[in-house]
Order: sequence, then C-alpha cells, then structure tokens
Amino acid sequence: MVMTDAHTKIVGLGKYADDLTAPGMLIARILHSPHAHARILSIDASRALALPGVEAVATGKDAPTPYGILPIGHDECVFAVDKARYIGDNVAAVAATSAEIAEQALDLIRVEYEPLPAFFDPEESMKAESNWIHESRANNIEKEYHHVFGDPEAAFREADFVAEQRYFAGEVNHAAMEPHATLAIWEPNEHMTVYSSTQVPYYLHRTISEVCEMPMNQIRVIKPLIGSGFGGKSEVIPLEIAASVLAKKTKKPVKITYTREEVFYAHRGRPRTIVNLKMGITREGKIAAVEARVVQDGGAYCGFGPVTVLYSGALLGAIYDVPAVRYDGYRVLTNKPACGAMRGHGTVNVRFAFESMLDHLARQAGLDPADVRRKNLLKAPCITVNGLRVTSYGLPECIEKVVARSGWNAKRGKLPYGKGIGIACSHYVSGAANPIIRSNMPHTTVNIKIDRDAVVTVYSGASDIGQGSDTMQVQIIAEVLGVRPGRVKLISADTELTPIDLGSYSSRVTFMAGNACIDAAKKMREQIFAALAEKFASKADELECVDEVIRKKNGAGQGISFEEGVALAIDRHGALSSQGTYSPPEEARGGKFKGAGVGPSPSYSYSAQVAEVTVDPETGHVCVDKIVAAHDCGKALNPMAVEGQVIGSVYMGFGQAMQEEMIWHGGRLMNPSLLEYRIPTTLENPEIECIIVESHDPEGPFGAKEAGEGSLAATIPAIANAIFDAVGVRIATVPFSPEVVLDAIKKKQKLTGTNGRSAGKKPASGDGSSGGAA
Amino acid sequence: MKKQAIRLRVNGDDVEVDVASARLLLDVLREDLGLTGTKRGCDDSSCGCCAVLIDGVPMLSCAALAASYEGCEIATIEGLGAASALDPVQEGFVECAGAQCGFCTPGFMITAVALLKRNPNPSLDEIREALSSNLCRCTGYMQIYESVRFAIEKHQRESEHAAGIPAGARR
Repeated sequence: MVMTDAHTKIVGLGKYADDLTAPGMLIARILHSPHAHARILSIDASRALALPGVEAVATGKDAPTPYGILPIGHDECVFAVDKARYIGDNVAAVAATSAEIAEQALDLIRVEYEPLPAFFDPEESMKAESNWIHESRANNIEKEYHHVFGDPEAAFREADFVAEQRYFAGEVNHAAMEPHATLAIWEPNEHMTVYSSTQVPYYLHRTISEVCEMPMNQIRVIKPLIGSGFGGKSEVIPLEIAASVLAKKTKKPVKITYTREEVFYAHRGRPRTIVNLKMGITREGKIAAVEARVVQDGGAYCGFGPVTVLYSGALLGAIYDVPAVRYDGYRVLTNKPACGAMRGHGTVNVRFAFESMLDHLARQAGLDPADVRRKNLLKAPCITVNGLRVTSYGLPECIEKVVARSGWNAKRGKLPYGKGIGIACSHYVSGAANPIIRSNMPHTTVNIKIDRDAVVTVYSGASDIGQGSDTMQVQIIAEVLGVRPGRVKLISADTELTPIDLGSYSSRVTFMAGNACIDAAKKMREQIFAALAEKFASKADELECVDEVIRKKNGAGQGISFEEGVALAIDRHGALSSQGTYSPPEEARGGKFKGAGVGPSPSYSYSAQVAEVTVDPETGHVCVDKIVAAHDCGKALNPMAVEGQVIGSVYMGFGQAMQEEMIWHGGRLMNPSLLEYRIPTTLENPEIECIIVESHDPEGPFGAKEAGEGSLAATIPAIANAIFDAVGVRIATVPFSPEVVLDAIKKKQKLTGTNGRSAGKKPASGDGSSGGAA
Repeated sequence: MKKQAIRLRVNGDDVEVDVASARLLLDVLREDLGLTGTKRGCDDSSCGCCAVLIDGVPMLSCAALAASYEGCEIATIEGLGAASALDPVQEGFVECAGAQCGFCTPGFMITAVALLKRNPNPSLDEIREALSSNLCRCTGYMQIYESVRFAIEKHQRESEHAAGIPAGARR
C-alpha cells in the first residue's frame, strides 16, 4: 500500500514546521555559549532590546524551571541559569520582526562569563574531584549500573576460548534532513498553540506546561509533517521551549528554526562509547559468559542517558541464549552537547563489540561464524537470563536466509586477499514495556468516529515522523472494519483533538498504536453489527463486513453496503464512536532489580546480515560491495514500508561504520555541517537487499513487531567481520576509516614480518586487534 | 536595505518581487511567494533539498542570489507535472516509496526530472551519479532508484504508445 501522505509530499503541499507562518509572526534566534564550562556572572541585554524591531529578549531568569525527558534527570533549563555547560549551550534568545534583526541583536547582548575547568574525555571526567558539571553528580557520573545474571566466574572457567578487547565507537548524529523548527502562537484567552518538529507531542506538552507555568489545558501541541527524527526529536529540544517562552512573553507568534550547525550542537545523538568486552565460548561454540564495562560520553545533560546505558546492558546478551552476563555501565557527563536516543538506542555500539568478538572466538575455535550463531539461539517462547520475555524469534530464519542469499558457504574463507564476507546479528525492542513517566495509563489510546457521511475518522496521538505510522493505522482500521483504506481519515498528533500516545520512540508505534487501532475498530464493528442484528435477523457475531459489504458470514441473504449499515446504526445510536487502547502485559515488564525497567518490551525484532567488502591494503580504503539484511518484523503489514525501514537502518549503520563521526576539539565540534559530517551519498552507499522474515508474534497487531531500528546494529559488525575476512585484521574502532584500517594492516604486517598477503588471510589464531583505543 | 524589483517566471506564472541584492532565491520562493515545497536542510549547499530548475537546469536555490535570475524560468516542486497529471517521477516516488519523511523528496524529484530530460534511459550508475548531490537520510536510496526506474519505464511506455507500438511488442 502506498503511503497515505505520499501525494501531499510529492506535490510540495505538505507543511513541515518551518513552512508554517502566522500573522505578525516574530523570528527568534538563540545566543549560544562560546565557553565549554563557565559561570554566567551577568547578562546585559539592554542594547539588544533597544534595537528597532527587537520585541523581547529571554534569559534564564524568564524560565528557571529545570526539565528533562526522564523524571530522574530534570537538569537542564532552556537558558543557562547559573552556568553554561558546553560550547553551544543556550544562554538567551531574541524575538524580532526579522531574522536579520534577531541575529544583529544577539551580537548586542553582553554576557560576562567566568570560565571553569572543562571535561571532554569521559574516562578523565570520571576522575574529577571538583568543578563537577552538575554539583549533584559526583565525579561527573550521571548514572552507573552494575548487573550480574547467572554466575559469570564459574561460566568463564567452563569456557575453552576466552577473549578480551577494548572497543571504541565515535559519536554520531541523527542528521535528519529537516532541521528542528518550532512555531509557538500566543492565542487570545492566554492559550498557546505550538507546532513543532517533535516525535513526542505529549512530553512536549507536559514540559511546556511546567516551564511556562501554564496548565496543560491552555496549551495545544500539534505535530505537522516531520522531516524524520531517528531519535533526535524524541525529547524536548531547547528551541521548542525557547519559542514558547518568547511567545508567552511577547504575546505574539514566534518561530525558531535551527541552522544545521545548531542541529549538530543540539545533538542528542549516539554517544561516543568505550566497551571493554570479555567473552568465553566452549569448543563447540556455545557462549559461556559475557562481561562488559561500558562508558558512554554523555555530554553535559542527562537527557535519555540512563536509558541509553541501560539498553546497552539489557540487550547485550539477550539476543542469544547466554547463561551468564556481567554488566557495568557508566553514563558520564562531559562539557559537550547532550547525547540521547538515536536509532537502535543503546544497542548499537555494544552489538558491534559483541558480534566482532563472537566472530573472533568462532575462528579461534575453528568454527563457521554463522554456525556459532546457530548454536546460541534462544528457544522461544522463553525468558532471557536478564528477565526479558521473548514471544517470537525469527532469528534462525534470518540467519538461514542471509547465508543462502549471500552465497556464504561458497564464499567464506575462499575469497581472494582483499575481498571479504562477514556476518552479524542484532535485535531491538518493539516499544518499551514501561513508560518514561511511571503510570498505569495505557501507552496508546485511539478513538474512532463515524458520522452520517460514513467517513471513518480516526483520532490518534501517534506521531508519523516519516516512517509511515499514519498509513499503518489507516490500513489496520480498514482491514478490521472491512472497508477500503480511502474511507478512513486519520487525524493525528494534535493534543487538543487526539488522545494520548507516548510518542514515536523505541519502535513502539506499530505494536502499540497498531494494537489500539485493532481494539478500537473491533469495538466499532461490534457496535455496527449489534445495531444491524435485527435487520439481518441474526446475532451480531454472525455478521461480517468484506469489501464494504455487510452480510451474514454464512453468505445467506442479501448484504448491505457499509454506508447503509452505518446509516442504520446511526439512526439508532447517533454518531458512532469507539475507543481502543494498548497496555503492555504485566508479564512483559521485566524484573525487579534497579534498572530492570529498561529493556523489557512486549516483543523483539531480529536481524541477520551479511556484508561483502573490498579492502585496498595499500590505502586502507574499504568499499562495501553489498549488504544482505534479513529482518524478522513479525508480520509485514506493508512490505514496501518495511523494506524502506530496514534498508534505511542498514544505510545508517553503514554511515556510522564507514564515515560518520562527530569530531571534537576542546569542546568545539569540528564538522558541524552535512558537507563535513558526511552522511553517505548515493555514491558511497552499497547495494542493500532486504529480506523480510515473518515470525508472527502472538501479541503483535496481525503478528507485527518493529521494523525501523533493529537492523542498524548488525551492519557495523557485519562489515568489521568482512574486513577481517578480507585482510585478516580486527578493527576495534568505529568508523572504519582508511587511517584506522591501514594502521591495523601495517601493525599486523610488522607483527608477522610479511606483506600481509600470505599471513593476513585466514589466520589460525590471533586477532590482530587494532584501532587506537586498544 | 536597498531593494530592486525583479521579474521571474515561476511555475509558469509571471511574478515581480522586491529583493535586496543579497536575498537568496530560496527565501524568495519560500517567504515571498509562499512556495514552501522547496526545503532548506543545511547551511552550506550540501543537502540538495532546495534544488529547483532554473531554465531547465537543476540548481541549488540556497546558493542562488534571486537578483541574478531576472527573467528566468523557475520550476519548483509545486510546478512539476500538469494540473491534472503527475510527472512520472512524482508517480514513481509514490508507487515505490521513494518518499519517507518527504523532506528531501522535492530536491530529488527536481534532480531526477532534469536527469530524465537529458538522458531518458540512464543506467543505475548514471542515476546514482546524477542524484549524488542530494542527501536522503531515510531511504538508503534503494527505493529512490526504483522510483526513478518507474518513471523511466512509464516514459518508455508512453513514447511507445505515442509511436503506435503495441503493448508487449517491446519484449
């Protein structure tokens, strides 16, 4: 099915936040800190305010209430109150009659700073005795978690092969094509309407209420079209609050749109991560135990940080049957922009380390890396060692499909020097079983209304950010009601009209909003059939609607059109309405230990991938020739959309693996532009083939589960393992830049005293790890 | 700031706008003419979201000073296709899911339309080359290639139809 909003998009009529205007609209710009860590002694905005066209200047004093996406992390203010904590931190904002005037006014604001010692490296930051970034966070540690499942010590003693390695992954940004934008409109009667590029209208609604000190019932948040998010719009971003504060202050509409540079500094991307990993396997290839110490460079504010570091632990071993896991996770504060949730939240960098090491151990044991993965499969339904409930598990089929499709058996170990093939797996949650703010409220509510025009109007808070959730909901409701999708009209993500949905994050929308849609549509169907029972002289449950014709299931007698049926039902009841909800089942909500709330999901997706590469040993340049990805999405409700999600995930994994990295120097980002950050273009991007695997989850909507994130994490280690197959070196640093790869090749050549060609290929042992972090 | 009046022909309509000498064509389109289908995705002319056709040539409107294009014919996404029919490239992006979030889509379609005009039957490599200055963060490009191929095939079917070749005779 084509996307319901595709037509609007391809004729250029779809409105994104920056496309919107309002009469008398002011444009605002934000003043950012030039210091990485500095006390703010004074701010003098008088000259800015005197500039003709300037309507207001807002500073920390105007909105001192701290906020944050997690209840345990309300540590940021829209404008720095006491001190600035990173270069780019928000200090003030100007609303003016034009962008040019607002920018001029920024230069007229005088801020007196007292610079403080700053911390840029997480392992150094953890040692700090004073000048902590937040006084309440000793040693700059935002959060640490220590989990032990099973008996790792005993299990390591049972292992025949044990490896230890330090892995390092650079920081990456979502780089959604649409820069963030917010238009806040002050309405008569002290109300405010906020259009914003958000994945989480509900959390934004709450936060505006808290910071602007207005009741939620005076605020309306509307999500227009979103130019994708990938997690970068899944928490409240400063410009959203800044626009709201200025709208309230000026009583006029205020729009702020970030420049691309500001998008990079607003960040919330995947943190720079150091993974110290230890793993043991038996001679037969069974994983005995896994131990990981993970340090994440979280930046200056909490954001989603504790969730990120918990996901790293919760999903470390849970893809396979791992009997013993030890996890030590540290989320560390540094004087850089806050990291946050990014596609594959928390899993990606640990999955790179895990799958790389599993490949290494398989080769040490003389086993086929694909076979080793087969030997460690879960037997679903089951509960993993850390208490995650697995209800469906298509990983075995994913592995078989990519092995067959890639020609793995014919190619593995048989390609010439410089050519290589590698396999890796990954998985992800289909929504978090526990909400961010603990409550018993359903995670999604969907309402349906049918009036005399027989339009099925659906009110859903779920946020389509380009992934196609609007289409998914229309499709599900049409399917359950037995009507054509064109009859279904969806009104989404408008807090004044649509019931609460928690947002588009952690791949929750298909599973949760999809189930709520089924629930609402079934109730609507029952209501219509009950009203028609008399006419058909049968019971309601003996009726069905197929292709817009309501009839007896047994085919007896004449059917009537859906429109006629609806008219008769409305004659009896008035306009029809129904409501559906979804709450994750109690059994899916995980264990009781500290941090157990993150990781549990009603269902998990699985992915297996094979990458083929060509490595130039003279330059270290890696060309990824092809990636075959098999993804278990439970049931592909819309195969074309699933393929788009899986291929898009692999693409983003490829970008992180090969070329993307935010490069910092003294707290300053050296590549805050798309030109220098270099997301892959059509020229670098490999051929990506998607194979859909359907494991039919018993609780998913029509068996469906997530498709939008789970494939990303396998791409990076699949490429790393292919590089090893090609030139015999393990790359422990992401991205696999020519410098890193060449360095590893040279080190290996020095070690073996050869040019690498003979010794480099298929070594019996030794892993030649390299990459600077080792 | 001193402004000058310039005339442009935008999507077939003659328009006159007062612009400062430094005003970008992108801002004229989006702010003065309300044609917001053309997008701004970067600060440095690297994303391709703002591509428009200037006298049939795809150009980045964020790197074009409006005053330099006096009298030129500008086509934006809003002007692609006829009033009653989509351009085959637009159809392709719908049918093959070439648009996910849709933000980069106008730029891609502008570039693709220009490509097919100068080369009606490009190879995959030629498509990749032509689209290499447009960035998409959603699709991984594969469905964009399919969208362009859809348009190529549709063009071919139409030209065969126009030439009186019966359907299926091509094979």
